[in-house]
Amino acid sequence: MSEVHAIEWNRQDFPDAARDLLQNSQTRKNVRHATDVIQAKRNKVAAELADWEELREAGAQIRAHTLRHLDHYLKQFEENCIRAGGHVHWAADAEDARRIVLELAQRHEAREVIKIKTMTSEEIGINAHLEAHGIQPIETDLAELIIQMGKDRPSHFIAPAIHVNRAQVRELFQREMHLPELGDRPEDLTDAARTYLREKYLRIKVAISGGNFLIAETGGMCIVESEGNGRMCLTLPDVLISIVGIEKVIPRYRDLEVFLQTLPRSATGERMNPYNSTWCGVHPGDGPKEFHVVLLDNGRSPILADKEARQTLQCIRCAACLNACPVYHQTGGHAYESVYAGPIGAILTPQLNSMKEGRSLPYASSLCGACYQVCPVKINIPEVLIHLRGKIVRQDQATLGGKFSLWNIGMQAAAFLFRDASRFAMAERMGQIAQKPLVSKNGFIEWMPLTLSGWTQTRDLKAMPEQSFREWWAKERASRPHGEQASGG
Amino acid sequence: MRVSLFIACYNDALFPQTGKAVVQVLERIGHQIEFRPEQTCCGQMHWNTGYLREAVPIIRHFVQVYRDVEAVVIPSSSCVAMMRDHYMKAAAMAGDAKLAAEIEELLPRIYEFSEFLVRKLGVEDVGASYPHKVTYHASCHSMRSLHLGDIPIRLLKQVRGLDLQPVQNMEECCGFGGTFAIKNADVSSAMLADKVRNVLNTGAEVCTAVDNSCLMHLCGSLHRQRTFVRTAHLAEILASGHESVSGAGV
Repeated sequence: MSEVHAIEWNRQDFPDAARDLLQNSQTRKNVRHATDVIQAKRNKVAAELADWEELREAGAQIRAHTLRHLDHYLKQFEENCIRAGGHVHWAADAEDARRIVLELAQRHEAREVIKIKTMTSEEIGINAHLEAHGIQPIETDLAELIIQMGKDRPSHFIAPAIHVNRAQVRELFQREMHLPELGDRPEDLTDAARTYLREKYLRIKVAISGGNFLIAETGGMCIVESEGNGRMCLTLPDVLISIVGIEKVIPRYRDLEVFLQTLPRSATGERMNPYNSTWCGVHPGDGPKEFHVVLLDNGRSPILADKEARQTLQCIRCAACLNACPVYHQTGGHAYESVYAGPIGAILTPQLNSMKEGRSLPYASSLCGACYQVCPVKINIPEVLIHLRGKIVRQDQATLGGKFSLWNIGMQAAAFLFRDASRFAMAERMGQIAQKPLVSKNGFIEWMPLTLSGWTQTRDLKAMPEQSFREWWAKERASRPHGEQASGG
Repeated sequence: MRVSLFIACYNDALFPQTGKAVVQVLERIGHQIEFRPEQTCCGQMHWNTGYLREAVPIIRHFVQVYRDVEAVVIPSSSCVAMMRDHYMKAAAMAGDAKLAAEIEELLPRIYEFSEFLVRKLGVEDVGASYPHKVTYHASCHSMRSLHLGDIPIRLLKQVRGLDLQPVQNMEECCGFGGTFAIKNADVSSAMLADKVRNVLNTGAEVCTAVDNSCLMHLCGSLHRQRTFVRTAHLAEILASGHESVSGAGV
């Protein structure tokens, strides 16, 4: 890994970052509103398809199959892409990928590059790297442009500026595009962006994209988008550089049949994306003269080796799990301190960083399962979250501080009690007595010490009654023959 | 039918009235109830917090206590979800084929309380009467793991005098999530605030669910805010107002 980072992530653990963000009522309102709207659209269009569950299953199986044979399909993609006139580069990590992209841009003497919204470029921090070498990257996706102009951080895969509202965009454009008279109607804002961008599409000769799918049998690629900026970037420049994660390959062209139904419905609640671009290599007189694919590993291969967590790589980046997540609803994406936010980010980020960064993220979930329910490729995110929590606990237990942490001591003690009912019953009796100094006159505990204070900062806790169920049963029922009716207690 | 009650550790200590209500309802419709005092916990807290190795002996203990039962009824959907979704994984992780076989054999005989009434026994009307305005919170595990659908609502609709008020965003998590409520107390509290606002908007006197864990969480805020909205497990509502039984202290 190199020192260049576009954006400072992982500065804070999730609970601390979330605490700050929860104070921002405007952001919370923006995120809540936007996710509610997308979620409602998604639910409506998913329900339209009688075979929605079968499509999810098909998507999951195609992705799982591909991951099990990833070496084969990647090699097949490479061969076919080269045969069609493309160039394939393998990037083991972010530094490799940055070097490859920079060299290509420099070879074409680019001073500027236009970009389609891409998560991999965020992941490798390409913008800062290009800027540091005198090349100006220009985001053409409206939301990415807003983020770039506002020197902000993206907070959502599909709608990176989901935390910003219309009035805020207007202020930004007025300032940055020097348009003091700009209105705040959606048409005004998109008009301003269109005028700003059109000239750049026509002038700039190098484009950078990500990719939704790599198609092994043809060596082709597929990108879906809503604004048409992608189509411009894919067709007008002389050189196209696509940075794509190695997991994005699918075996056959016809597999798109499944994903071009599930992806738009899951991502934006549309039946079909307004722009669906598929291309294969280069063609004289039509589109880019040079096409490069940078296949990015950057921590993906080790995930493949973990049987429990491998499904993480099935992700097609639709962000439906973000829109469905009640935690994301409250905090928005920045609390995850990571390129990949939301439930999928909570499992992907720590794994991409060999469980060394983002270690608070697997705990940033109530395990409610809303993410799994909407996932178009059936990634059992709660299952993977628990698996990663297990890894973190084991890592912590191997350190002295972790071993003697309050959490570990508490959980070991609880495990000891739960192995034997007489111990558990004794603990219940001790609890009934020990709680007494904490119980208010109203029968509730309103203050607890240490870690437990997290509960009582906003919530009371019902005190334990004087008699547990097992005590009641032993006293009232155990001595009686079975089947006799209760007579009061 | 001879039914064994697994009350769940937190119900045992904090909500004994729920266990008494389950006993009362099932006896009222003619079933024999037993309570095995060897029971402790399902292992969910350890498993979900990442203490996977530590959960295995707890799971083994549960299976030993219940392997010979005709049916286990549990008034906590998250415990049942733990068993159905994770017990086999735990056995596989421990490399214990015997435990796996016993789990596989036991799982079909484990029921969540409302699921047992409607799916196993085919009973929707248990003769209850509860003249209150009530709203129902669909707990995450009951919806997304057990797929209970409208089972609890069907049971509530048969209760005499009960005025059921739908709550907005019924299926959204209340923010409890076990140790999540403590590890991420701020986010959990924010989720709870949304849930409580929706509950209060119904005008209900009582909020019910099939999990006391969610209700404990909701009650924590409803009480802190001095709202006078109460919480009651579904079993307690179904045990109410039946005159032929003198009541088990519910």
